[in-house]
Amino acid sequence: MTVRLIRSIVGLALTSAILAVIMYRLNSPLAAVFELSVCSGLISVIFVTTVSFTQRISNEKLAIRRKERLLRFWYLPIILIAAGVLLSQHLLVPHFSWPVLEPAKELDVRNVLWNARHLDLIGQVVMLLAGALGVVVLFKEPKK
Amino acid sequence: MSQSLMQMFGLFSIFVILLMITGIYCMLVSFNLIRIIIGFEILVKAATLLIISAGYICGRTALAQSIVITLIVIEIVVMVVAGGVALWAFRHNKNIDPRDLGNLKG
Amino acid sequence: MFSLFILVPLILLFVLNLPVNFISRAAVGLAGVFLLIQVLLALLHTLLPWVTYPDILGAFFAFNLYVDNLTLVMLLTIGIVAFVSLMVAAGTIAQERQKFYFVNLLLICVIGMNTIVLVRDIFSLYIFIEITSVTSFILIALQKNKSAIEGTFKYLILSAIATVFMLTALAFFMLACGDLSFAAIHSAFFNPGASFALKLATSLFLCGLFIKSGVAPFHGWLPDAYSAAPSCVSVLLAGIVTKVAGVYVLLRLFGSVFVLNPSLQNILLLVGAFSIVLAALAALTQDDFKRLLAYSSISQVGYIILALGCGTPLAFAGAVFHFFNHAIFKSLLFVNSAVLEKQFGSTDMNKLAGLGAKAPVTGFTSLIGMLSTAGIPPLSGFWSKLIIIIALFSAGRFVYAGIALLASVLTLAYFLAFQRRVFFGKTDSALEHVGKISFGLRFSEVSLAIITAVAGLIFVFAHNNWVLPLRGIFW
Repeated sequence: MTVRLIRSIVGLALTSAILAVIMYRLNSPLAAVFELSVCSGLISVIFVTTVSFTQRISNEKLAIRRKERLLRFWYLPIILIAAGVLLSQHLLVPHFSWPVLEPAKELDVRNVLWNARHLDLIGQVVMLLAGALGVVVLFKEPKK
Repeated sequence: MSQSLMQMFGLFSIFVILLMITGIYCMLVSFNLIRIIIGFEILVKAATLLIISAGYICGRTALAQSIVITLIVIEIVVMVVAGGVALWAFRHNKNIDPRDLGNLKG
Repeated sequence: MFSLFILVPLILLFVLNLPVNFISRAAVGLAGVFLLIQVLLALLHTLLPWVTYPDILGAFFAFNLYVDNLTLVMLLTIGIVAFVSLMVAAGTIAQERQKFYFVNLLLICVIGMNTIVLVRDIFSLYIFIEITSVTSFILIALQKNKSAIEGTFKYLILSAIATVFMLTALAFFMLACGDLSFAAIHSAFFNPGASFALKLATSLFLCGLFIKSGVAPFHGWLPDAYSAAPSCVSVLLAGIVTKVAGVYVLLRLFGSVFVLNPSLQNILLLVGAFSIVLAALAALTQDDFKRLLAYSSISQVGYIILALGCGTPLAFAGAVFHFFNHAIFKSLLFVNSAVLEKQFGSTDMNKLAGLGAKAPVTGFTSLIGMLSTAGIPPLSGFWSKLIIIIALFSAGRFVYAGIALLASVLTLAYFLAFQRRVFFGKTDSALEHVGKISFGLRFSEVSLAIITAVAGLIFVFAHNNWVLPLRGIFW
């Protein structure tokens, strides 16, 4: 596996960490802890495991890829600059109006998750079972 | 909705849009299947940030946190399945180039 | 009582995976029994609506499940198509291990779809849409051949983009409405301060649902995924998964939750008409039988969206009836393709020719399926298309009604071309060897054809009781 791929994965883990700090500042400590432990830790481990099954490519192929990428996607920076210009001239931005909501009876997160949203919990259990079945079906070594 | 809260939400949405543009760029231009999956992860994290900030300015942090916790579980499972499919694509084609996945046409 | 539709397959899943030997061999039988019970319960509740059940489980679990006529139609359809898919799997998958994995994944998929039709909260809806999608990714890649991996990767990427659209829409729904249940969102539409956020959220969610339903121009993943999947999985995907996870959600949201304004109606009408015509034209040039059926699916789903965009209750009833009919006759056609693949070894129409004498049952049932798709009386497809076209005329959309009529001619054209190539003509000498077909495959073919024909004949007498009451769901 190339160094560039490892850099991308570490970048993803760093993004998750920064996101966890932002979420903690936005009064959501439980979600921040979940995001930090699962996304920064577990995802990196899973990615590195998956990537270790594949092989590295050689250096001249890297150079060819870089040139091809520049040639193939020349239109992307142009679209981005055009969108930025249009937005700054207020041509695309419509009139914002947000509703005024009455303040909710602020229940605790644990209360909401465990008492009011049972269906989501069943959904998470079923999703994990589906994930386990997916791992069993897809990650088996082919018999020679 | 007070003015300062609206400004804060505007700031957060700009950050979310930047993250989404990064994720879409990553998915579009990569020549490596694993990087496409990383791009998808960045997109989902941007959506997570949007949900949390929308919950904060509404006052409904409890609902937003429940959504995010469930969402992280879903995202993990989808990513694992995508990794498994990419692994088998590598075993068939001997490289992880998405341009090789273009055989079914018509 | 209806939470049993979710809990019983979950318990069955745990029971099937116990380390006891004889249970895994009876896996197919147990799952089949459960699906038959689901079909019978749905039929029973429709025919005898005065029977009520004591709600024992309501004390333990706080599920918010509501049932109305649309839900019962969906539960019936899910039960029938999942049962047919199970019989096709029992007939075509050779290895015992793969059959066992297929039954487990089918049970999870059925849990997902049952909950989608029973739930009344937009975030729970999203979770179970994701569950259904994840199990269909794994199911398409079950036999891990090269084209299957490619089909599932394309489906995965487009489904991921749809996920991001739906999540962004969820954030704006929370901003505009406070709570995420259907009632709260519906009442927020009458609040004038929330109109911008709701418009943004509705259009984003609509984009996500269009990608999941496979309507043009977001249909890029559909022909590859349907044609590369194993035949039992194609039956499941085409008959139920794409439709429940995409089209049913559109029906429910636009029927009961979102308030239709003229711009939304125009978008739906345009997308529906574009789907019908583009897919019908693309199906004329196909060589592979399964890709032809995939494009035909896109075309028929376009009819349902066209009816939804019309906006009147009669069109809504026509859309739901067309949903049911399409599930039945598309599953029938995919079962026919499974039989052809098992008997003669390929689905390429260039290689199969003149099979009328060697496969008489398949030929006859596929003829019934195709005539129903094209809308020939007295089969059921004719009635549902007639209701849709009448509703379009009475709402004043003459151009779209004309497009729907002309597309029926195109449908008839490509299906008659297929019939002529495969079943009539001289038999190819390479096709002398005919494989054996199990009882399950034959039974599912014949029973689906009987359902199509009988539904068409019964409709003439019973449309007041069973189809037109669906109009009442459209608020």
